[in-house]
Amino acid sequence: MEPFNTITATAVPLDMANVNTDQIFPARFIRKPRAVGYAQFTFHDVRRGEDGSLRPDFPLNEDRFRDARIIVGGTNFGCGSSREGAVYTLIDSGFRALIAPSFGDIFAANCLKNGVLTITLAGEIVAGLREQLRGADQPILAIDLETETIVKPDGTKLGFAADPFQKHCLLNGLNEIDLSLEFAAEMAAFEAAYRERFPWLMPGAERKRG
Amino acid sequence: MPRGRTIIDKIWDSHVVARRDDGECLLYIDRLLLQENSFHGFDKIRREGRAIRNPGQAFAFSDHYVPTLGREKGLDGIADPEIRKMVELIESDSRDNDITLFGLGDVRQGILHVVGPEQGITQPGLVIAGADSHTSTHGALGAYAFGVGSSEVAHVLAVQGLWRPRPKTMRVVVETVLPDGISSKDLILAIIGKIGAGGAVGHVVEYAGPGIAALSVEQRMTVCNMSIEAGARAGLICPDDKVYAYVRGRPYAPKDELWDKAVAHWRTLASDADARYDREVCIAASEIAPMVTWGTSPEQAAPVTGSVPDPADERDPDRRARMERALSYMALMPGTELRKIAVDRVFIGSCTNSRIEDLRIAAAIAKGRKARVPAMVVPGSGLVKQQAEQEGLHEIFLAAGFEWRSPGCSMCVGINGDMLDPGERCASTSNRNFEGRQGPGGRTHLMSPAMAAAAAVTGHITDVRELTGIG
Repeated sequence: MEPFNTITATAVPLDMANVNTDQIFPARFIRKPRAVGYAQFTFHDVRRGEDGSLRPDFPLNEDRFRDARIIVGGTNFGCGSSREGAVYTLIDSGFRALIAPSFGDIFAANCLKNGVLTITLAGEIVAGLREQLRGADQPILAIDLETETIVKPDGTKLGFAADPFQKHCLLNGLNEIDLSLEFAAEMAAFEAAYRERFPWLMPGAERKRG
Repeated sequence: MPRGRTIIDKIWDSHVVARRDDGECLLYIDRLLLQENSFHGFDKIRREGRAIRNPGQAFAFSDHYVPTLGREKGLDGIADPEIRKMVELIESDSRDNDITLFGLGDVRQGILHVVGPEQGITQPGLVIAGADSHTSTHGALGAYAFGVGSSEVAHVLAVQGLWRPRPKTMRVVVETVLPDGISSKDLILAIIGKIGAGGAVGHVVEYAGPGIAALSVEQRMTVCNMSIEAGARAGLICPDDKVYAYVRGRPYAPKDELWDKAVAHWRTLASDADARYDREVCIAASEIAPMVTWGTSPEQAAPVTGSVPDPADERDPDRRARMERALSYMALMPGTELRKIAVDRVFIGSCTNSRIEDLRIAAAIAKGRKARVPAMVVPGSGLVKQQAEQEGLHEIFLAAGFEWRSPGCSMCVGINGDMLDPGERCASTSNRNFEGRQGPGGRTHLMSPAMAAAAAVTGHITDVRELTGIG
């Protein structure tokens, strides 16, 4: 995983609550191998009109937000399905940080696993940030994970709270599986006691090959 | 005296393998459920050269991409090479990794959230991770079950655990029982309408109360299935005798003396009377009417007796903007009576509503009537299909002009090719009415199996109680 330290980039305000993973990455693209590049699928249907042309009223289609690498979204951002492609497509389009009042749980977990920072802030603060980005000459945010600060377009600073472990993983680009395998002894001890206590739970003899 | 524990606390406490200083726990995962979209997870395992810790605790299902027609042709029945590749991948990934697959050609094949409980893979007290957000379904049997992405699929395969913070808890108390003719789909749509699509974010929801106890196990699955549509991490119900009777005798269920041991354990799982929750919500089921969604989020639902709401009446600007966008996408005018909305298609199926009880209810409405619009019935599994055919339900559907298809996710998510044309309006028993969910430009109205069957035989959204005289 690519480490995350700081990012200074254009931030796009997406003033929509309950943005779901079908909107971020329509289901019909899940079957595409990652190698094709998922950037072409980002918000594929939402950013286009019925005739397939880009909607001028969708912020990502505006010239000033076209190279955005940060999204400032609405409540419950990333709700819906567990498809990790919704994160892959954002990464392939250059996004590394998302700010919203709340996130879909599975989506937020998927972001962390792929080095995308999710920042949760109070609804009115996020709304104010979106407002400022819309009006700014240069809609740029500078996010520093180490110090947990965001510098807004008007130069003022905003603090945020990162989960300590998630921060550690992101800053160091750690592979969580390697970290978890360090608990192999605990896992082995747990499993032995568990199988003793719940002997009916381990499929073994009854296993059938489908 | 220590305070009482919820079922969530009890399951959690018995699954903690290790605890980090920051409070996150390595939670033991009893079962991992996989589907075709898990291919990124297997790719990660291969790329990183990992060993799979307990392949016997993982189960794979071909459901999202399988065709619902021409199944006798097997893989050759899939014309699109990309779709075929997905079904081939889950077959080879399962085979190569020694994981049990419920695949094409197996009579047990079907939607993972139908087959898991049906096979007894789902049991009370388990922690289940599934490569699908509707894994919350399995909570109906008293399991703590949640969806994960591909990276966490790989993590479970390699580690048999997942890191999680202890979740906040929320209890939804259904104080009274549903009236006759009202289904648990109506109940969960009413609950989501009340708390909102993000109303349970960060929480595990326990459904409780007389209105839940009165439901069958299959009806409970419909409720828990849609927990994710309120943003919940999981949804579950304390197991009771109905659950034990449901699990008993299923292929993966404990047998003989192990059965008695298991039931004795399951009886300890129910939440203690003095357990406390971070949040509580109460709902009176006796006042619920058949529910229909009018918008593009499951929270945008109303009783069928009502009308499309007017955004002008909504004071909250965010909600108003969402309503306006939804009505524009759905091509609906404020004030239109829901019962006057004509539909182009009807879909009866999905992990929410494709079990035998759902099909019986839909067949009872279809019986002796004729579908006015194309309607398809997609059973949740091969065994559900077999059972329905033994009961003659397929003959009722076919005589009424409904299509009788083979099991899979089908038009709920539209990725096997069963999808709406742009602009088509569908009465659907599925779980998501998101923009484009059933096909780009498609318009979805979520409802119960009885209501969907009623829409099929009238050609428009209908209060099913007008057909049955019940209620």
